[in-house]
Order: sequence, then C-alpha cells, then structure tokens
Amino acid sequence: MELLSNLALGFGVASSLTNLGFCLIGVLLGTLIGVLPGIGATATIAMLLPITFQLEPVSSLIMLAGIYYGAQYGGSTTAILINMPGESSSAVTAIDGYQMARQGRAGTALATAALGSFFAGSVATFLVALFAPPLTAVALKFGAAEYFSLMVMGLVMSVALAHGSVLKALAMVVLGLLLGMVGTDVYTGAPRFTMGITQFADGLNFVAVAVGVFGIAEILRNLENEHDRQVMTKNISRLFPNRDEFRQMVAPILRGTGIGSVLGILPGGGAILASFASYTVEKKLSKHPEEFGKGALAGVAGPESANNAGAQTSFIPLLTLGIPANPVMALMIGAMIIQGIVPGPNVVSEQPELFWGIIASMWIGNLMLVVLNLPLIGLWVKLLTVPYYVLFPIIMAMCSIGVYSVNSNTYDLFAVAGFGLLGYVLSKLRCEPAPLLLGFVLGPLLEENLRRAMILSRGDPTTFVTRPISATLLVLSLAILVLVFLPQIRKRRDEVFTESDA
Amino acid sequence: MSTKPKDGTDIAAGLLFMAIAGFFAWQGLGLDMGTSTRMGPGYFPMVLSGLLFILGAVILFKAFGRPDDEPMGRIAWRGILFILPAPIFFGLTVRGLGFVPALFVTTLIASQASLRMRPLAALVLSVVVTIMSTLIFSYGLGLPFRRFGPWLPL
Repeated sequence: MELLSNLALGFGVASSLTNLGFCLIGVLLGTLIGVLPGIGATATIAMLLPITFQLEPVSSLIMLAGIYYGAQYGGSTTAILINMPGESSSAVTAIDGYQMARQGRAGTALATAALGSFFAGSVATFLVALFAPPLTAVALKFGAAEYFSLMVMGLVMSVALAHGSVLKALAMVVLGLLLGMVGTDVYTGAPRFTMGITQFADGLNFVAVAVGVFGIAEILRNLENEHDRQVMTKNISRLFPNRDEFRQMVAPILRGTGIGSVLGILPGGGAILASFASYTVEKKLSKHPEEFGKGALAGVAGPESANNAGAQTSFIPLLTLGIPANPVMALMIGAMIIQGIVPGPNVVSEQPELFWGIIASMWIGNLMLVVLNLPLIGLWVKLLTVPYYVLFPIIMAMCSIGVYSVNSNTYDLFAVAGFGLLGYVLSKLRCEPAPLLLGFVLGPLLEENLRRAMILSRGDPTTFVTRPISATLLVLSLAILVLVFLPQIRKRRDEVFTESDA
Repeated sequence: MSTKPKDGTDIAAGLLFMAIAGFFAWQGLGLDMGTSTRMGPGYFPMVLSGLLFILGAVILFKAFGRPDDEPMGRIAWRGILFILPAPIFFGLTVRGLGFVPALFVTTLIASQASLRMRPLAALVLSVVVTIMSTLIFSYGLGLPFRRFGPWLPL
C-alpha cells in the first residue's frame, strides 16, 4: 500500500521532536488567538509568517497549519462562552452553543465541539491523504488556460461567500487583483504602479497587506465601541457528555464531517459555508427543529464537525494545485514561496517529506487539541477576561516587528498603516476584506497564466472555452455568479448571513 | 436635504472604487498595452481598472432610490490617530534608535488609542512588551536587529 508507506513517511517527519514541538506551539498559539476575540487567524498567521523564516520549511508549515486549526477550535470556545465568534466559521456555533452555556451546559457544548472537531479532523486528514495524490496527477495536466479558469472560479466563489452585496465583493476582488499588479512586470521588467518607490519593485509586501487589511482594520473596528464582555464562566462544571448526549451527537457529527469534507475542497472559503450548510441540514432533519436557536446539541455538533473537516480539506487545492481556498491558505502559499517552494502539483513528488509531513501533522495537531484543550478550558476562559485595551498594544508591537522582519523594509511598515486605513474605510463601507486578499494573491498568477495562454493560442481567446476542463470551470463560475444574482438565492443568502450575525 | 432615499454608504463605496480605478488607469497610461496575443504590462491592469470603474459606477447608481439600511456608526478617530502612526514610527526609528527604544515608544503610542488605558498601566505594559519581545525576537530567534541604534549617545 503506497498510501500507508506515504503516511508512515509523513508520521516519521511529523513526529520528530522538533516538529512535534512546533506543532504544539502552533496549536497553542492558534487556540489562544482563536479564543481572543478581535484578532483572527488570518492576521495572526500574517504576523507570525516572518518569524517562521528561520525554521525549516516543514516545521514552519506545520506550525502555521497548527495555528490555523487551533484557531478554528479556539474560535468555538469564544463563540460558546461569550456569544462572539472568534472566527467567522464558528459564527454558527454561537447560535446554539451560547444558549447551551446560558442553560448551564457550557461544559457539554465545549466537549461536543472538541470531540466533533477531532473526529471530523481525523476523517478529513485521511481524505486529504487519499485524494491529494490522484488530484495532483490531474493537476499536472493543467495548462495555462486551465489554471486561469480555475483561479477565476476560486475568485468567484470567494465573492459568493462574502457577506453583503455581491457587487461590492466583486469590486473588492478586482481591487485586490489591481493591487497585485504593483511591482515589476514579469515579462518585460517594466515597473508598474510603484510611483517611483524602488522598495515596491518586488510588489507590495503580502504580509503588510494582510496585516493591514485584516489585523489593523479589525483593531480599529473594535475600538469604536469599547465595552465589557460577558463571560459565561460560572457554569463549567461537567465536561463530559452523558450517554444520552453522546447518542444525540453521533449522527450530526457524521453528517457534518461529510458536508464539511466536500465543501472544504471548493475554493473560496469552504469551511464557513460548510458550517452554515450543516446547521441547515441538522435543523431540517431534526425531530425537534424548535430546539434550534435555544440550545440544541445537534446545532453545535454538526457545524463544528463541518467547519473542522472543511478547514482540513481546504488544504487539498493548496497542496495539489497551489491555489488557496481561503485567505489563510493564501498566507500558506506566501509562506511556501518565501521558503523557496513553488506551490503546486510538483510538491508531492519533489518534496514528499513536506507534503506527507504536513498531512500527518494535521492529525497529530488535532489530537493535541483534544488532549490539551479539554483540561485547559479553564485557562482559556481566564484569558477571555483580559481586557481588550491591554491586548491591542501588544498586537501592534507584534505587527510592527513581524512586518519589518520580512525584508527589513521601512516602506512595508508605511504600507501596513496605509492598508490598515484602507481596510478600515472599506469595512465601514461594508466591503468584505477576504475577496480582496484572495485577489491580491492570485492577481500575478492570474495575469501570468492569461498572458501565457494567449501566447500559446496565438491570440485566440476561444482557447478558454475549447479546452474541456477550462470550459467546465468557466461554466461553473458563471453558474455560481448567476446563482448569487438570482433574487431568490439572494434573499436566502441574506437570511443565512443575518442568522449568523444575530 | 433631499427627501429621496439614498444609501450613503454605497454612494461612498461606489465613488471610492471609481476613484481608485481612475488612479490605476491614469498610472497605467504610460505602460505598453501590447496586443491581445502578446499582452504588454499595461494590458491586464487597464482591463481591471475598466472593470473596477464599471462596478463602482453600478454600485453608485444602485444606491439611489434605496434607504441606507445600516448606517455607518461611530468612527474610531482616536484609534486612527494612535494606531496607524505606531508602525510608521517603528519604521522611521528602528534603524536610528534601535529595536528596544523604537518598540517601547511604538507600544506606548498604540496604547493611547484606548480611553481606558491609564498612563501608568501604559508605561508598565510597554516596558513588559519591550522586554519580552527583545528576549524572544532578538535573543531567542536571533533576528538581526540592532538593539540600540546610532542615534543614541551610548
């Protein structure tokens, strides 16, 4: 069995003492970040990215991956205890989880979330190991036209999954693409949009854009209204669910895992979609739909499993195609490029240790999360009582150090401030930052593949529709766009997002 | 004030997108467009600027005749005033003053963004952050920062 020997290789890499250590650091940091509201995984990974340069590529990616799923996990703790999702994907958990906490079942809700996440994470990790290599084989057949169309689909998906106006999300994608154009043109070497600043010749620093648009803009938003948080800490008495509750959670966890695994693969933010989809399914299938919104166990178990499974399988497009499924994956691409690894189908054959090491570390990381976090819940709860005004100066200090250490470029720090302001203004205008970042990362790749495809086809634009894979992807993107503009779907989408905001 | 409903947020968003599109188009004027077979450096950016301009115009157009369902709310002026200059200050001084003093002042500036932060608490926090960061980043991870720069009479 090739799969088994590959997994053995992966576990060999991931269980070295150093990598276990970095996995643990990543998971702990991620949980910490996820628990603290007001700072998301995207911003954290962006800030920590520079620090990982000193590490081996495998270790750094293992740690970053750990932060990612640790944050998913920590986000649900916050969602349950203070009805404020630390991560957007745990927004759904807050609906029923917080109600459970108010009824004194906080412990059960937390344990359900942990067990569901662990189960889903294990299954999804296995799926990644199973499906990534064959998909890689498909990906190797991709030409410039296919890559272009696939990226178009990824961008369209991110638009469909953004909150609020579809038009604005589209505009954000295009703005991101334009910002990605800044720097030296790859074909001719002509400087573009650098305004004569030589420090921008390599393009805008990705870390600076991400920290500004996600991190600083979010701090500014939190500073609009400073208020105290209500923490549901009194009621964490019983952690482990009883036999009856176990029976209630099995089916939702299984369904959530299935939904999450499938949706996570889709580029554009599958994990968030997965938790919404799972919640809707559970509510439909439940014998007691009236319990939903009032503390239904299935409303925690299903979505939590779904979002963790989705978080895991969103590594598939990253590892096979080198295309990010969400902003965090975009950061992982940044990390790989900085380490000198070209993300894409060649990673699995050229860097098997890296590829399988990351996959194996995901499972180990998930195990660590369950083992560590159930006993540590008390500590995380204490952290929630740290006031925000103490946190954000620390975050700002870390931001400054992190961004500066990428290239020791002073202009990057000016860019952080600039993009922080832009991000804040855009968020005030109710424009979502995620499509912008995805556009920014994909911009150069999109342009390069477009130009290459056009040269290969001798200027014939029909190349995108005459090649079957490319045509299929473009038709799918068009279908998605049409769907989100249809009045009925639009109404439904609004409802789903309103529910999550409530 | 006109009585017709309009969505002020979307008007601003549309105008902002159009302005940014205009800026990129203007900056891209000097770039070679090339042909569609061999696209020059100016081709794709120009297409994107056009697209962004149209999207901005549609957002603007659709904002009229519809009330603003979610007003903008408060603006964190104090935050903008103190948070944004913090990284800029760090950038300007990290070489001259060195890592330790630059980070100390940066944290101190950022901490002023909240009304709740008392002066003494801010000072203590900045000292702690500076010491911890110096230990972790400079000594621990060995990032090549000068701890104290040439501007200081040391």
